[in-house]
Amino acid sequence: MRATSLIKALPGLVVLVALVVLPYVTVTIPGILPGRVNGPGSLTLLATCFIFAGFALSYDVIFGRTGLLSFGHALFVAAGSYLLTISLSSWDLPLPLAIVVALTSTLVLALVVGGIALRVGGIAFAMVTLAFAQAASIIVLRNPGDLTGGEEGLVLDRSAIPQLLVGVHNAPYRYWLALGFVVIAWALVALLVRSRAGHAMAAVRENEARAAVLGYDVYKVKLLAIVVGALIGGLGGIVHAIVLGGSTPHLTTTEFTLALLVMVVLGGAGRLWGAVIGGFVYHYLDSRLVEFSSSSALGAMPDIVQRLLGQPLLILGVLFIIVVYFAPQGLTGLGARLLRKERA
Amino acid sequence: MSELILILATGLGLGALYFLAASGLSLIYGLMGVLNFAHSAFMMLGAYAGWETMQRLPDGMSVGVRLVLAVVVALVVGALIGAVVEVCLIRPLYKHHIQQVLVTVGLSLAAVAVAQAVWSADPKPVQKPTWMASTTDIGGAHLPNDRLLFVVVALLVFAGLMALLRYTRLGLIIRAGVENRTMVEALGINVQGTFTIVFAMGGAAAALAGVLYSQYAGSVSPAQGGSLLIYAFIVVVIGGMGSLPGTAVAAVAVGLVQQMANYYAASGVGDLSVVLLLAVVLLVRPASMKGGHA
Repeated sequence: MRATSLIKALPGLVVLVALVVLPYVTVTIPGILPGRVNGPGSLTLLATCFIFAGFALSYDVIFGRTGLLSFGHALFVAAGSYLLTISLSSWDLPLPLAIVVALTSTLVLALVVGGIALRVGGIAFAMVTLAFAQAASIIVLRNPGDLTGGEEGLVLDRSAIPQLLVGVHNAPYRYWLALGFVVIAWALVALLVRSRAGHAMAAVRENEARAAVLGYDVYKVKLLAIVVGALIGGLGGIVHAIVLGGSTPHLTTTEFTLALLVMVVLGGAGRLWGAVIGGFVYHYLDSRLVEFSSSSALGAMPDIVQRLLGQPLLILGVLFIIVVYFAPQGLTGLGARLLRKERA
Repeated sequence: MSELILILATGLGLGALYFLAASGLSLIYGLMGVLNFAHSAFMMLGAYAGWETMQRLPDGMSVGVRLVLAVVVALVVGALIGAVVEVCLIRPLYKHHIQQVLVTVGLSLAAVAVAQAVWSADPKPVQKPTWMASTTDIGGAHLPNDRLLFVVVALLVFAGLMALLRYTRLGLIIRAGVENRTMVEALGINVQGTFTIVFAMGGAAAALAGVLYSQYAGSVSPAQGGSLLIYAFIVVVIGGMGSLPGTAVAAVAVGLVQQMANYYAASGVGDLSVVLLLAVVLLVRPASMKGGHA
């Protein structure tokens, strides 16, 4: 039993070790990564991809695990990010206290918004969460009392965070921070799924009425899913602010929540690797496809084709639709199916 | 007093736009249970279709005539896109509601990207007939003509849709389908064909909303549909999902609340109060979500 579980965990561990030592690799992979693998450009890109993988994991707790179609997850991510930068720059709190403030506020927000929104179900739930997130987005853009920086976003107070995380040459530390975040998020979700609460969430997702009849308090189970998802998302917001040096209003928008939805479905909803791979691939393609389209290989194409290929969202949107149709289990589900076929 | 009339008129004008955007959305949701995120794409593509028409027609024509022709083209384009989307993308996922929502989400993302590639992300200014840019004096207030036109158009569309629902066989099927789709199917009526027609009507109404909204905003841009869509969603939900009169009332309420709060409190408060209105309505009357009578 132990041996088989070790073998099952082996590929994941190998990938993790490879990712940990990546900042020591000095080769260049032309086309795939900008510059040297351990250059600041590549490491920041990879770190952001990890953070998005963590965001997707947090959203998957709500959508993939519990079956709640929430359009307001951006609210929690933005809360983590903005409350950290605001605590540091406007309220002059030390970093540990700022993190506590950001996470506590995210928790309270999740309890209030989740508590209210869960009074209705289905599409109405989606709409209430959308409304709350939209309200937060409007407030952030309105910039009350010069607190949120409006459309400009908010720059992180660099003197308040450890010097190890500041500056171009310290990119590897920020990379490890982001990697650490995705590992923690992964472990938390993996533990949750194996716990009693995780089983209850799966029961609610599969058949809410049956779960209620079996004696589960469906409301509490759903609220727990939202709280856990919000906390992981808020933590991701904090890491995002530290790694990218500030908060951007993009994190508050509905488009961001829709992007999370796309990531989770693309990778495979309700699967640990699905969310991770979906988040990673989405952000990677979103930031790299522009380079591909301007590369010389496409130089011979007509202008309009080049411009269309320069729109990462077009390719991601089409890919997403294809996945919804032909691989409802997502890319990881497709991969698992192919592996099984090969063995059989 | 004239101030109040002005705010009421502009609020009504805004509400009229919301109604045009929301009416198709509401019918589609009521009949098919599809929360159509691609509605933003219908509006945006309709607006661009209108803009292209106005660009291509000879300058000798007056702006008003070109605008009317642009609206006609936009209606056709919107109806075509709606029908194609329903037949190609929505129909195969029949009864998979979440997947249908996901497909429309993907479509809205891809459509914005296509618009950015074809027309660039910069807003394109639209020409406005001089009549619409001027004002009419009513009760001592200078009311902008374009808002009045929006109200008239929305009233016509509302009356037309209501008449369609009440006096035609198609309307009968739609009303029955909203009420109990399984029963209508059991009676041997082809609901599939009705779905396509409803989607085409929704697309046409959305395209009309898109053209008028570009007149309101003074320009066309790829992201325009998305910002209108959120308010359209709010209107549909407050109106009771699937009920046309409910949608009309909700659109007027949302437009008025938004304008008044923006004027009497501070700009931006209006958007916030609309969102709060939605939360309050949903929590006080969650039953309204079950879908009403068309």
